Amino acid sequence: MSTNNAYYIPHKATWPVMATAGLLTTLVGFANYLNGSSIGSPLMMLGFAIFIVMVAGWFTLQSTESESGMYNHGVGISYRMGMMWFIFSEVMFFAVFFGTLWYTRNLSVPWLGGEGAKAATKAILWTNYTAVWPTNGPGNVGGHFEPMGAFGLPFINTLLLLSSGVTCTWAHHGLLAKKRDQLIKGLIATVSLGFLFVLCQAFEYHEAYTEMGLTLGSGIYGSTFFMLTGFHGFHVCVGAIILSVVLFRSAKGHFTPENHFAFEAAAWYWHFVDVVWLGLFVFVYLM
Amino acid sequence: MSAVTAEHDHDDHHHDDHAHGPEKGWLRWVVTTNHKDIGTLYLVFALAMFFVGGTMAMIIRAELFEPGMQFVDPQFFNSMTTMHALVMVFGAVMPAFVGLANWMVPMMIGAPDMALPRMNNMSFWLLVAGILLLASTLFMEGGAPAGGWTLYPPLVLQTGKALPFAIFSVHLLGISSIMGAINIVATILNMRAPAMSLMKMPMFVWTWLITGFLLIAIMPVFAGAVTMLLTDKFFHTSFFDAAGGGDPVLYQHIFWFFGHPEVYVMILPTFGVASTIIPVFARKPLFGYSSMVYATAAIAFLAFIVWAHHMFTVGMPISGELYFMYATMLIAIPTGVKVFNWTATMWKGAMTFETPMLFSISFVVLFTLGGFTGLMMSIAPADFQYHDSYFIVAHFHYTLVPASIFMLMAGGYYWLPKWTGHMYNEKIGQLHFWLSAISVNILFFPQHFLGLAGMPRRIPDYAIQFSDWNMISSIGGFIFGASQLLFLYIVVDTIKGGTGEKVTDEVWEDAHKHGLEWTLPSPVPYHTFSTPPTVIPCDHD
Repeated sequence: MSTNNAYYIPHKATWPVMATAGLLTTLVGFANYLNGSSIGSPLMMLGFAIFIVMVAGWFTLQSTESESGMYNHGVGISYRMGMMWFIFSEVMFFAVFFGTLWYTRNLSVPWLGGEGAKAATKAILWTNYTAVWPTNGPGNVGGHFEPMGAFGLPFINTLLLLSSGVTCTWAHHGLLAKKRDQLIKGLIATVSLGFLFVLCQAFEYHEAYTEMGLTLGSGIYGSTFFMLTGFHGFHVCVGAIILSVVLFRSAKGHFTPENHFAFEAAAWYWHFVDVVWLGLFVFVYLM
Repeated sequence: MSAVTAEHDHDDHHHDDHAHGPEKGWLRWVVTTNHKDIGTLYLVFALAMFFVGGTMAMIIRAELFEPGMQFVDPQFFNSMTTMHALVMVFGAVMPAFVGLANWMVPMMIGAPDMALPRMNNMSFWLLVAGILLLASTLFMEGGAPAGGWTLYPPLVLQTGKALPFAIFSVHLLGISSIMGAINIVATILNMRAPAMSLMKMPMFVWTWLITGFLLIAIMPVFAGAVTMLLTDKFFHTSFFDAAGGGDPVLYQHIFWFFGHPEVYVMILPTFGVASTIIPVFARKPLFGYSSMVYATAAIAFLAFIVWAHHMFTVGMPISGELYFMYATMLIAIPTGVKVFNWTATMWKGAMTFETPMLFSISFVVLFTLGGFTGLMMSIAPADFQYHDSYFIVAHFHYTLVPASIFMLMAGGYYWLPKWTGHMYNEKIGQLHFWLSAISVNILFFPQHFLGLAGMPRRIPDYAIQFSDWNMISSIGGFIFGASQLLFLYIVVDTIKGGTGEKVTDEVWEDAHKHGLEWTLPSPVPYHTFSTPPTVIPCDHD
């Protein structure tokens, strides 16, 4: 299985070093900020600016090269493999937080309540604690809170994301059938639904913080709730930005039915984010 | 004698699109996308970090030379054990194997370069950024992290200003590893010469394919674990705090779900290098190739389901103890297959004992010993005695130093003539080997006795009855450390011209029968295999 005939090898790459510089500056800034240093925030913003310029430059370079036909079939397969394995790494990243939720709900919280081999914890430390879910632990960390129900904004968000998956596929069909109009309309719908999702989540968080007493500091329930939904929301933002780039390129006339890796990668990523949400809806909100 | 096959001619790098050589000046190394340049960057960086981490080890052994406090305060001592581990794992061993992969995988499979050359550049520079961030913690208020490389909460949360820097360093190193691994996996799956089916690939390529998969699966897990440390410290979460309903033991589970496959990330490419070198110097094909492939895959699979054997004493349900005990013992089977195959490869071979082969043979023997102590520790009730003792230190150093480090050295001696076109000094190479192989045993063998006698790990001072073996171990450590300067000398000397003897294309007798890289000229041109080779040497039946 060889695809390496006349494989395109780029020669001078300046964007990767700039990406590294941007990431390093951002993280040094963030670490300083966490340590209470005043140079933290400006450094972070500087690093982020470098990163944005890098992303714009690297994306432009890639799309120019792609449109000038420098990427043959073999290069396309490498890109697809790269994206697939990247998504696999993202799956493992989310698996950590789902695993954390599973472990605390099914093992450590019942142990704190006196179940199994760890009964001594309750007997010695927290005799009054009854293990229930949701919980902020025997220390009542963060004070009283209400858990987030499934059938308000979260359910609307489920519908939004599921529909965006449909519009994304509809756009793909348009691209394959050379219907540019359908491609662009489908992408506009997908990106809009994505940002609408983020907006709804912002309302949901606002309600949690101001009316329900539910914060990141509300014990293990608040920790897992905001960590899982927060990282997911961040991924929705990233996915929507990638789709916006694809939309912008579609409007410029990029992509053919045979050559549209950027669209495919963005769509895969979007469906991945979609699937994670379904997991969240079931395990965080419903159960 | 030339080993170049007729099918492959030397001037295949004259195609128009690859006509130019490297950039001029130092910027070449910053902007390069060439797999050989990036491989060199990785290897040089790893060697530098080997000496940085080694210096920390020397500080540790100096402090432990005799009982009482000699040179450093306990806090700094603990920083040294922590930083020594992190630098050696993430700065030396892993990057060195990525460097070998960068150099060798495209040449072994007949590819013009790595699949994603720009990302290749980024992987390397992110590694440098991550290690810089880690090293910077040494100079911070409160000192570098001192809670051990495992970064267990709640202890690690007491770190001073260094904590967020250490955590972000792990993030950067993780992104770097994931990118590097994706690149290697995509290269192996997509860029092979037409005649090279999966079961014709050299073992080094196979081990890296599986290692790449392990890395992509586990580095995000470590990133997630340290992210929760960060939020527990700075954003009021309760993941590892029982008062809020969390559990510090949860961190240990997540860490070792990463950590156990991580040790195989360091050992599988080691196996790959051994399986490459031993057949050449035994002048026989590799014995049991397909069983080697399946054994590697089996070890990788088992890596994911044995993690809690690192935590037998933490208080798990008895069913958990039993499961992790038996699952761990299973690893001995595929590992035994490998040791048997290496031995059978040498059986009745026409062996010669150049430096790479010497290192490889001592690897087989010493790694087997290190594996046996692993089997001892897998027995849960016995592990209650060994846990957190010097026996553990002895075990993993016995598997990492005479295995990973030795095979990296062996790989260096084996491929340096191909890379540079010069022969290294065999006499000094053998001196380096004998000094290393003897001193590594003086260094680590007594640590087994210390651990069994009850000396805990990660302490700067100890009871008087441990004095003798500690002193012997430290002497071994100093000899081992000093011997490695010979390797540095040999590398520099070889690059500058070595013995002056011009090496042939195949370098080692009949090496072209064992791998595609030996069909290329020595030194290797900047661009190779711009058109894929049509004839593939096969190292096995």
